[in-house]
Amino acid sequence: MLMRALSMRRAVAAVILALTTLLPCLAARAMSPELIHELAFGENDAKIKALGALVAADDPKALPLLQALVDGEVQTAGNRQVLLVKGDNATDAVTGAVVAPLPESRDDVVINNRVRREIAGAIAALKLAAPDRAVRLAGVKALQGGADEDMLPAVKHALAKESDAEIRGLLELTRATIQLGSSDRATRIAAIRALAVSNDVSTKTLLLVVLGKKGDAWAEPDGDIRAEAEKSLRSVEGRLSTGEMVGRVFSGLSLGSVLLLAALGLAITYGLMGVINMAHGELIMVGAYATYFVQNLFRSYAPAAFDWYLVAALPAAFAASALIGMVMERTVIRFLYGRPLETLLATWGISLILIQAVRTLFGAQNVQVENPVWMSGGITVFANSVLPYSRIVIIGFAAAVLTMVWLLLTRTRLGLFVRGVTQNRQMAAALGVPTSRVDTFAFGLGSGIAGLAGCALSQLGNVGPDLGQSYIVDSFMVVVLGGVGQLAGTVYAGLGLGIANKFLEAWSGVVLAKIAVLVFIIVFIQKRPQGLFALKGRMAEG
Amino acid sequence: MNATIPLRLRTALNAPVHPVLTRRGWIAFIVAAYVLFVLVPSAHLLLPANHPMHLSEYFVTLTGKIMCYAIVALAMDLIWGYAGILSLGHGLFFALGGYAMGMYLMRSIGGEGVYHSDLPDFMVFLDWKTYPWYWSFTDHFAYAAALVVLVPGVLAFVFGYFAFRSRIKGVYFSIITQALTYAFMLLFFRNDTGFGGNNGFTDFKRILGFPITAPSTRVALFAATGVAMLGALVLCRWIVQSKVGRVLTAIRDAESRVMFIGYNPLYYKLAVWTLSAVLCGIAGALYVPQVGIINPGEMSPANSIEIAIWVAVGGRGSLVGAILGAFLVNGAKSWFTQAFPEFWLFFLGLIFIVVTLFLPRGVVGLFSRKRS
Repeated sequence: MLMRALSMRRAVAAVILALTTLLPCLAARAMSPELIHELAFGENDAKIKALGALVAADDPKALPLLQALVDGEVQTAGNRQVLLVKGDNATDAVTGAVVAPLPESRDDVVINNRVRREIAGAIAALKLAAPDRAVRLAGVKALQGGADEDMLPAVKHALAKESDAEIRGLLELTRATIQLGSSDRATRIAAIRALAVSNDVSTKTLLLVVLGKKGDAWAEPDGDIRAEAEKSLRSVEGRLSTGEMVGRVFSGLSLGSVLLLAALGLAITYGLMGVINMAHGELIMVGAYATYFVQNLFRSYAPAAFDWYLVAALPAAFAASALIGMVMERTVIRFLYGRPLETLLATWGISLILIQAVRTLFGAQNVQVENPVWMSGGITVFANSVLPYSRIVIIGFAAAVLTMVWLLLTRTRLGLFVRGVTQNRQMAAALGVPTSRVDTFAFGLGSGIAGLAGCALSQLGNVGPDLGQSYIVDSFMVVVLGGVGQLAGTVYAGLGLGIANKFLEAWSGVVLAKIAVLVFIIVFIQKRPQGLFALKGRMAEG
Repeated sequence: MNATIPLRLRTALNAPVHPVLTRRGWIAFIVAAYVLFVLVPSAHLLLPANHPMHLSEYFVTLTGKIMCYAIVALAMDLIWGYAGILSLGHGLFFALGGYAMGMYLMRSIGGEGVYHSDLPDFMVFLDWKTYPWYWSFTDHFAYAAALVVLVPGVLAFVFGYFAFRSRIKGVYFSIITQALTYAFMLLFFRNDTGFGGNNGFTDFKRILGFPITAPSTRVALFAATGVAMLGALVLCRWIVQSKVGRVLTAIRDAESRVMFIGYNPLYYKLAVWTLSAVLCGIAGALYVPQVGIINPGEMSPANSIEIAIWVAVGGRGSLVGAILGAFLVNGAKSWFTQAFPEFWLFFLGLIFIVVTLFLPRGVVGLFSRKRS
């Protein structure tokens, strides 16, 4: 018995050895003129058969021909010659020789969708054998979407040779996906078990099909297999939902920090000074356009330093918005202190003028602000959640701005004056604080922070004249919710609203989430008209 | 707040009640009615198109449209000028009234839409088979007309009750009304809401069986809007001259003192706020058949703020001023957007600033100051 088993094993090994040694010969034969002829002249079924032979032969040299077929660059001349035509140059597909001049009568090789699909699969399978790791990775990723039985030998063969862990993992998943349809019970169970380690959404769908019902009957009659599938499904789902959760909290945080940046300036102008500035959103927009302007300067005059244009754009955005804010305060808002409703209308007028001015200067279309190279890409935490660097940078930036504002308000003389004027204007004036100059500076500071927010926003989305309009309602909500006169309230409200928004979005869609949040705020204000963090005692009298 | 109580408040609550309109007022009223109901219709319908006194279709539609805006301005003046509550959500009530009327107009199209279905085109497009429940009975004009009044009224009542009860006022109230109309705008932009999404309602064919673009229908709508405008003016005038109006003014100037005297501001505010919303709804309902379209853009916060500037331009707290302001600003708008479209926003922005800085009592204030 033992001897026989051993000899069996030896025989199998011999066959495998023979196969592997034979394969190179097969490959040499793979690009035989017959196969190429079949591909070019054969009927669809013959084409697909030829493709199967090519895939089995596993020769990367066939790739250019297949790619040319997909791109419609293969033509036939006469009833023998197959040409690869690129523009005016043509090469013979069999010999590789340059054909010049081009034969007069040529026919395009037309392929239908079915053949096209087969070719795509064949290309992916052939890529698995390529020497370059990146090509192999691309190949296996392409296979994950649509692998079928024909690919199995190629996948198995690639698995036998593959040494890279990541590609191996993907290949095993692909093999399991294909074997899921196998007629052998043990193979199917093994495949289902192998799928448990996947963290791809498509695996979930596959397993759900196994567990599904066709009419009244189970799609999978075998109870054991269903139980295995159930187990695998749970493990895949568990991993997926962790990834989703991480992604959602993260995008909530990043939306929250955007809201925080947008609202932080308002927390100073409205929260501390009591000036209701409807042009705040437009100051954000000005900051974004200042960034755009600096970007263009760098592109024309210092393309080498383009990656670092943001360093110059930040102070520019701050200065542009702060300057406009200070001019606004000196010319308009100054005369309306104590009349909040009039301030609201006048600043709305300013916002209209700013929008139209930007339209006249830069055009009504959105402009393109490019991310520096170091901000593109991201960290992959799970297969289904990528944390983009740009968002991580924004979160860090919001934290930095917040710290700076806090330090400025609590640790500097200007901050002391601002707080003093806010609490008791007459007393501050009596003690020698130049109240009107403090007003101007404080308003400039709030506006400048709006400019910084604009610079940050320009890295996330479109920059257009209407940019500010979409943030004004949100930022006022943050300030109203957080309570007037408090930075802490603004922080909690901004982050809280951001995360709540993202979670509601996943549950009910973008628009309904927004509406739900607005309704929540309206109800919340009923209970605590002073916001989350109300000032207590004397200061609350204002 | 270090608000000093104005002297007039001490006597205002006990002052004798004035008549609704003075003799001069009634004369102006009759002249206006004559112009609206006799001169304009006959100049449009009877005079040939090449006659120098002929009023074009454009003029009639534009004036009709502006009269709808004037009703909204009256409603705004009532609540802002007299009760001191600045609403940035009046565009919502206007649009809701318009949508209620729009539902009726959509159903009057019958099977003449692009898809020749009983359902409106946008529902066919969404592959809906039946009307959603809230569309039921809207093919009856009377029911739609009731909706025009009830929907904005009930919404304003509920919202106002909660807002005024917790004494939300001033800028807070303004911002929350802005958020309210913003939320509704987002809601109506969705296709699934069942009001045509982005495109809203358009392509109306007839109203009460009359073809909607016929000159006589136009003139009838114009006259109806005129009736509504003059009626709203007299109604508002009557309210502000009555004792309720006095209490409202008192609430505007010194709310706590009014409470200490023994009035509950909640019900006064709520009543006038709801009435104001209903007026807006009626204006919207008259607006839609004349303009021929209603979409969620009407609910954008920018539109609602513009309403405030009409009133501010004309002069707050003088009802005629609101009408005047609506005509001035919208007249300027239609002239600018044709002649210099790129300068309209500059001009509008400047109006906002100049009026708040230099004309706190509006154009009307300019004249009355000269007189006194």
